[in-house]
Amino acid sequence: MSTPILLPDGEPRAGGLRHGRPKYLEVRNLSVSFDGFLAVDNVSLDVIQGDLRFLIGPNGAGKTTVIDAITGLVPATGSVNHTGTEILGRKVHQTARLGVGRTFQTASVFENLSVLQNLDIAAGSGRGPLRLLRRRKTVDAAVEEALEIIGLEGAAAKKAGILAHGQKQWLEIGMLLVQNSDILLLDEPIAGMSQDERLETGELLRRIAASRITLVIEHDMDFVREFATSVTVLAAGKVLSEGSVAQVQADQKVQDVYLGSSGVEATDA
Amino acid sequence: MRGLLQGRMGTAAGFTLGAVLLLGVAPAVLPAFNLALLGKFLCFAIVAVGIGLAWGRGGMLTLGQGVFFGLGAYIMAMHMKLADASLFGGSGVPDFMSLYGSGVVPGWWEPFRSPAVTLLAVVLIPGLVALVLGLAVFKRRVKGAYFAILSQALAAAFAVFLVGQQATTGGSNGLSGFRSFFGFDLKDPNNKVMLYMIAATVLLLSLALARQLMHSRLGELLVAVRDQEERVRFLGYDPATIKTVIYVVAAVLAGIAGALFVPLVGIISPADVGVIPSIAFLIGVAIGGRATLLGPVLGAVGVAVAQAGLSSTFPSFWVYFQGLLFVLVIGFMPGGLASLPALVGRRRRTRSAASSPAAPARPAPVATSPDAEEKATVPEEARR
Repeated sequence: MSTPILLPDGEPRAGGLRHGRPKYLEVRNLSVSFDGFLAVDNVSLDVIQGDLRFLIGPNGAGKTTVIDAITGLVPATGSVNHTGTEILGRKVHQTARLGVGRTFQTASVFENLSVLQNLDIAAGSGRGPLRLLRRRKTVDAAVEEALEIIGLEGAAAKKAGILAHGQKQWLEIGMLLVQNSDILLLDEPIAGMSQDERLETGELLRRIAASRITLVIEHDMDFVREFATSVTVLAAGKVLSEGSVAQVQADQKVQDVYLGSSGVEATDA
Repeated sequence: MRGLLQGRMGTAAGFTLGAVLLLGVAPAVLPAFNLALLGKFLCFAIVAVGIGLAWGRGGMLTLGQGVFFGLGAYIMAMHMKLADASLFGGSGVPDFMSLYGSGVVPGWWEPFRSPAVTLLAVVLIPGLVALVLGLAVFKRRVKGAYFAILSQALAAAFAVFLVGQQATTGGSNGLSGFRSFFGFDLKDPNNKVMLYMIAATVLLLSLALARQLMHSRLGELLVAVRDQEERVRFLGYDPATIKTVIYVVAAVLAGIAGALFVPLVGIISPADVGVIPSIAFLIGVAIGGRATLLGPVLGAVGVAVAQAGLSSTFPSFWVYFQGLLFVLVIGFMPGGLASLPALVGRRRRTRSAASSPAAPARPAPVATSPDAEEKATVPEEARR
């Protein structure tokens, strides 16, 4: 393989890149209301390029709704700023074209298309009509690299529908990579994965996050402890706490919210 | 068989074979009456190619292709009526207008005196109508059954409108009694063969177009839109644009088919463009296999042949038979007859797998996330 385009070397760190002008995601006073019920209530958070931020919280905290709002799927009030550009209030596909990519809880790949076709479509929203009307003859360098990163080189011609669950999740991550988004929003990327798959996915997330703005929704606290560089805790639609894993786990409010639920064990903080 | 038909060489061979059969063998062996009948079926097949693209690949259940077929047909019929009136009557007024109307050609008929305008309009008017309709419907995310009902209602309204315009469109009688086609005498058997040859050529060309679209990146994208429209948006595409493009292609094919139908059959009436013919277009596509290239064509021709044969023997029986066939195919063979080889193959494989105990069991599907109430996809109402 030639020079990597998708995964330059590096490690994510809390607070993001310290040099140059890092890109950023700035969410201010984001609120989403479903028929009067405030699913997301005045949420503000910042993620800087190079930070691997995890978004945690009990069921129904509004984590997925935050991502839905940022991507334009549900109408929201407030402001979402991507490195100087307001992205709230646009249509889903316009938001995506501004460099916002996401995955879904239930892996949603195009099951009737091959792995290669899935990646090719993800890489191609900038193609002109003439390229669209022609046959796909070559494989984009980015697609080739993504195939290698997600370990599906051997399955490129397979239909995505017959992949194992974990492989589908990886394919989604690969699609996110070739989409060339600055902001990656991942909704429970390791749900349903085996222990080995989780570790591999965690390592991959760290490599990805080193050069991007990454926000990951996750439930598994072991996974969060191992791979997060920073954490935002959401409860009942509000930001409850924010900081490093240790800081967040030491926070009394977080312990109260999780009391009785098996999510966070404050003892080993 | 499968291996033979695959690849670039196989495609070229397939098209050559189709061309030889349609353009060489059929005119040589079929008597004039049957050849004209086959030409009519080929017109239906051209419509079917478009439906195969829009429905089979794009998931748009187009229950109203009769509208576009009718637009193309009536445009051609109006031109032929005007041309006949100038050639044979001298007055320039079509016969039926003097009978039922004021004997004055309405202004909106006049442009179709020109052969060039007519040919352009046959392509452009169905295309433009589909463009406006497609953008209006797909941008508002109307899909599934709602789109099907809407398109069917349109076909019904179109037929009703035509029936009401006795003086300008011939009403329920439609337009008929054509004597010439761009100056060619329609009584001349050679010209009838020529019309058939045009229809066959257009069918082959539309198959080539459909094949290119299916195998292009647009075709892959179309399948993605059909299966997961919402997901496609998050990759930066607007599904409405993609769907509209294919809808327009299907409409243009239907319009051209309608324009060819008129000189071949000699009549166009509201009965050829309303709800029932619109559904009939669909049945052949469903039976043949809507997602394949040749399935819709073979299905459309097969159903038309069966209809011609059976409805003369059992006139009232055909409609029931057609309905039953449709229900059976949709219910038990959604991929149509084209999926039969794959179905049989799978059954054979599962049978052999069941008989060999060493066959590995499939892993159980992994349970979905525990966070079920926080679904990534929000119900339709919440999105508005």
